[in-house]
Amino acid sequence: MNFTLKIWRQKNVTAKGEMVSYDVSGISADSSFFEMLDTLNQKLIMTGGDPVAFDHDCREGICGTCSLYINGRPHGPAKGVTTCQLHMRAFKDGDTIFIEPWRAKAFPIIRDLIVDRSALDKIIQAGGYVSVNTGGVPDANTIPVPKEKSDSAFDAATCIGCGACVAACSNAAAMLFIGAKVSHLALLPQGRVEAATRVQKMVACMDEQGFGNCSNTYACEFDCPKGISVANIARMNREFLGAKLFSEKERVIKESL
Amino acid sequence: MLLYSSITKKVLMALAGLFLVTFLCVHLGINLMLLKNDGGRAFSEAAAFMGTNPVIKSAEIVLFAGFLLHIAFGLVVSFQNRSARPAAYARSNSSETSFFSKYMFHTGIIVLIFLALHFCDFYFIKIGLVAPPPGIAGHDFYSRTLLLFSTPLYSLFYIVSFIFLGIHLNHAIQSAFQTLGWNHSKYTDAVKLIGSVYSVFIAIGFSIVPIYVLFFLNKV
Repeated sequence: MNFTLKIWRQKNVTAKGEMVSYDVSGISADSSFFEMLDTLNQKLIMTGGDPVAFDHDCREGICGTCSLYINGRPHGPAKGVTTCQLHMRAFKDGDTIFIEPWRAKAFPIIRDLIVDRSALDKIIQAGGYVSVNTGGVPDANTIPVPKEKSDSAFDAATCIGCGACVAACSNAAAMLFIGAKVSHLALLPQGRVEAATRVQKMVACMDEQGFGNCSNTYACEFDCPKGISVANIARMNREFLGAKLFSEKERVIKESL
Repeated sequence: MLLYSSITKKVLMALAGLFLVTFLCVHLGINLMLLKNDGGRAFSEAAAFMGTNPVIKSAEIVLFAGFLLHIAFGLVVSFQNRSARPAAYARSNSSETSFFSKYMFHTGIIVLIFLALHFCDFYFIKIGLVAPPPGIAGHDFYSRTLLLFSTPLYSLFYIVSFIFLGIHLNHAIQSAFQTLGWNHSKYTDAVKLIGSVYSVFIAIGFSIVPIYVLFFLNKV
């Protein structure tokens, strides 16, 4: 198969980037999107050009490292997969394919198609710890968890933190990501201990990072490679409002006592 | 106001919006009294009641606060959202989303322009800020309405504004519930359906009066 690629090239954070056109030919329909880019890079290296920088790691759809915005969709046209699981058979021979980095103020472009997603890590860090008992190995099922809650918590926990929700959102909001992270701990009894402080700190950190606000367009859910539901955003809103309105006040003990 | 968190801003906007949605129903009820063929007596009585009843007068203050809150937060949130993506994509987003949800700011602005004109046409005349047109008393909403709607261009503008309001509400109602955290497999589909039906009901309901005045009143 032959393709015309329009790829965003940018030397570094401060440089001005532009879309550059490349032609690739003789691509197998069964090769992955990254193998196609590897072919292009090999060609660029052989001809003394500068290979295209893009993020990738496990190439099996579980690490959340890959981040390409392909033809107006994060992770491309196939539903429920990351870019590394996208194959060239999803395109037609002779197609022009636009490849861009995630675009958000909170995700500065490091080089070409690689963006800095440490804003998401900062939100996770802001969430803090979960209290667990140390000591001997506890017996299984000592903490009862309703089946439905354990299922929903697991669904939320499948978030790989790739940032496709931010890339898809017309407001570059990270609400689906944080909604999933808040939900997966808030649904379980182990996560309830710090739930009220966790949600407030994570939302405050999200605002600091410069993400947009949610306008419920649900593009995030549609483009999430793990199919995370926007019900998690509503749950986070409930957790947040509950924490703001009803959580216990922290008591400060005066030093003079 | 800028210091409120993203979720707090959206929640306040949603609450104000839902309050405005209920107000629309009351307003529509009074408008439809124009259809009663009694020379505007029922309509004028209802308008006079709304203008003089102390409970309604107090609620009016809350209503204006609701409008200001919804508009102010709407502008703040929209500008923040735009600045969250300074560089646009070369290929704009082709994700499958509800089409109208992307145009809440635009439809909101159209409704805001309509609201400003609506205030000039009615409310400012009532409180004496703007002089009423010759031959019509400041509190005579009936004659004022008939005069305005006898101009086809004004009626058209009025109907188009309400179509945009309907589009706004179509996303707004279910969106408000989601923002308030009311999302559940048991009732979210019903909320979406009721929101869509209500938005159509409002758009058609408000359009009935200008259509009636233009085509049916004093024509038969």
